[in-house]
Amino acid sequence: MIVSSLGRPIDKQALTGHDVLVIGGGNAALCAALSARERGASVLLLESAPREVRGGNSSHTRNLRCMHRAPTDVLTDAYLEEEFFEDVWRVTGGNTNEALARYVIRASETCTDWMRGYGVRFQPSLGGTLHLGRTNAFFLGGGKALVNTYYKAAERLGVTIIYQAEAERLVFDGTRFDHALVTLGDEQVRVSAKAVVVASGGFESNLEWLEEAWGPVSRNFLIRGTRFNQGKMLRSLLDNGAKSIGDPTQGHAVAIDARAPKYDGGIVTRVDCVSLGIVVNREGRRFYDEGEDFWPKRYAIWGRLIARQPDQIGYSITDAKAEGRFMPSVFPPERADSLDELAVKLDLPVEALRRTVDEFNAAVQPGHFDHSVLDDCRTQGVTPEKTHWAQRIDTPPFYGYPLRTGITFTYLGAEVDDRARMYMDNGELADNVFLAGEIMAGNILGQGYVAGFGMTIGTVFGRTAGTQAGGYAKSHATD
Amino acid sequence: MQRIETLIDEARHNMTVCNACRYCEGFCPVFPAMERRLTFSREDLNYLANLCHNCSECLYACQYAPPHEFAVNVPKSMAKLRASSYREYAWPGPLARLFDRNGLVSSIALALGMTLILLVAIALNGGLAGLFGARHGGDFYALMPHNVMAGLFGGVALFVVLALAMGFVGFWRESGEGARALFDRGAWRDALSEAASLRHLHGQGDVGCTYPDEYHSHWRRRFHHFTAYGFLLCFAATVTGTFYYYLLGWVAPYELVSLPKLFGIPGGLGLLVGPAGLFYLKLKRDPESGDGRQLGMDMAFIALLWLSALSGLLLMLFRESSALGLLLVIHLGIVLALFVTLPYGKFVHGLYRLGALYRNALERRREGAA
Repeated sequence: MIVSSLGRPIDKQALTGHDVLVIGGGNAALCAALSARERGASVLLLESAPREVRGGNSSHTRNLRCMHRAPTDVLTDAYLEEEFFEDVWRVTGGNTNEALARYVIRASETCTDWMRGYGVRFQPSLGGTLHLGRTNAFFLGGGKALVNTYYKAAERLGVTIIYQAEAERLVFDGTRFDHALVTLGDEQVRVSAKAVVVASGGFESNLEWLEEAWGPVSRNFLIRGTRFNQGKMLRSLLDNGAKSIGDPTQGHAVAIDARAPKYDGGIVTRVDCVSLGIVVNREGRRFYDEGEDFWPKRYAIWGRLIARQPDQIGYSITDAKAEGRFMPSVFPPERADSLDELAVKLDLPVEALRRTVDEFNAAVQPGHFDHSVLDDCRTQGVTPEKTHWAQRIDTPPFYGYPLRTGITFTYLGAEVDDRARMYMDNGELADNVFLAGEIMAGNILGQGYVAGFGMTIGTVFGRTAGTQAGGYAKSHATD
Repeated sequence: MQRIETLIDEARHNMTVCNACRYCEGFCPVFPAMERRLTFSREDLNYLANLCHNCSECLYACQYAPPHEFAVNVPKSMAKLRASSYREYAWPGPLARLFDRNGLVSSIALALGMTLILLVAIALNGGLAGLFGARHGGDFYALMPHNVMAGLFGGVALFVVLALAMGFVGFWRESGEGARALFDRGAWRDALSEAASLRHLHGQGDVGCTYPDEYHSHWRRRFHHFTAYGFLLCFAATVTGTFYYYLLGWVAPYELVSLPKLFGIPGGLGLLVGPAGLFYLKLKRDPESGDGRQLGMDMAFIALLWLSALSGLLLMLFRESSALGLLLVIHLGIVLALFVTLPYGKFVHGLYRLGALYRNALERRREGAA
């Protein structure tokens, strides 16, 4: 039996004929559903996950990046459009749609007030994230609390929410969305609506698709978020002639603890001690400058670096000097009183690791260690050099964390305009199809990432898509 | 009953995940207190467990809650650990097992038993006939001499106070702080104000707490206020009554406008409303957010509070009738049962919660000073 969010059985007939169908159950989808209700539209929201694990990757988030002209109760100082845009420009290497990026940045200024209106609460930036206190507003209790708040608001405002309802395929009539085919339990149901908002995330949970994009190395990837982002809607949009944007191998990939679960490891699996020591591959060799820049600015390149190593695995090696200098991971590190013993515990070649560390130690130049600045501790005469925070690894106990590539989200998507309308391959706009969140984030983030921006894009485009879809439905009321 | 080691391991596992995540640190003082520690001894965990108010916001907000394989459920593991800490602190030690026998049925049986003992005592005194007559003219003490009543209750009260004090000594010893650390006035001011206002059941943004389910509500805090302040008012009524009797020589019954009545009537009404409300909320409670096996202990305390208020108010209303004798004995039986179970039941949560709030205030002030 199909059951609604309030536990009542759903009449299949009642699934059809809504003004706006929202596909997805995360931040962008919820913002769209609420915004469509603000326009007076009737809204049906389909979440493919069960209620307990609703919310997609949004459940793992913790903040959104906001432009602001003056200090607010949750943001310090000011963060203006130009600086924000420069940050986006820098991380994407210019691979962004400037008009859309600026649209999101400007609209981000009104987000926290709008969110509060639905009961979202904020808190001062979390311990260990002080550097984000100026730019990012933190959700009290994190993303799952945010998502819960939105679901409560949506229930209150009469949005029909159905869980474990997986949209399989969208059926178009030319440039117009006609209906969706939705799996509900063991049945497939046709769901039509005047307009559709697709906010169902990327495809990173779909292991076959990842392998198609990355090749067999992707089998060793871990997925940091939900297992429900299967990319079915993305594929269906592309099959229907949507104009694709982005590269399937682009997204957010970080180095995380190799012992993390395949899905949903989230924040606690991060390993923050890379810049405090060295990282070697399975052969016991270093392969990249661990001290290139501050860790928060560099952690998103390490997923790709590890993906290029044999067996897609790396090992962060530190000694006693790193103790207490980084946020703990949920898994305790391997610990040993000698490097040889550590090599055995990590299953690394003993000789090779010892040689790597000896060479590294010999190349470390004298300097004044300071983890809070780009200090003058560097190596000379080793390949690759470590350009900051280079200290000899010589004080037991020695620690090792195994690292794997953790995919956070993907950027392959469909192109949109600043009203969240979807472009078709021939350059026309689809009539009644609006996109929000990860499925269109690639318009703005061609590559790279800046913390909290995904939630900003999701919130701004969710609101835009919902408002536009609601407006479309209202103006086509007699159809 | 899970073994204590299992409880400790479970709580430690939770804290390890929490400490690596920290999304919940804005909810309540448990998380900042956790962040002050890198490792979690059994003593630390007992302290955190008693600091936890079981508001359950962190469960509903948790990305690692079941069905996630990390299976983090802080409120439930804290609740279980809290219950086991009550047993550890109980004095005298062998009586700790009373916590396990403490339930709705046994508490009512105890109240009946106490009533029966009083009846037998009165009968042996030859007063049984007088009990059911109206000859006493509304005078309690014709049935049971005041000294007997005061002696009986005084003796029980002394034991209860001693047992509670020794329990607190056990609690404080675990902190590793000396006795001198107990005399920080500022920390007491903070702790008492947090306890008196149930500060941590207000929720951030004053939305209430997620109890009995994931929707925020203020009702748990309101009903608790009715209960706690009702209890305190009734206690004040008893104290002022005793004061009147011994120091001023005024004998009950007292006027409506007298301190015992002014305290006792609203106190009794509070104890009718509060525990009934808490009982209702507990029945509706999401089983995931707490330790279901404590329900008996909670209900026992709630029931005895409610029954003592009910019987006390009835006693006042029907004091002129022939029911007085029986009502009096029943009321005293219930109150006696309530008193003797205070150190071995839900009542102790107030003591250790206040202690944990004090310890937390102390830590916070030191951190601020550092």
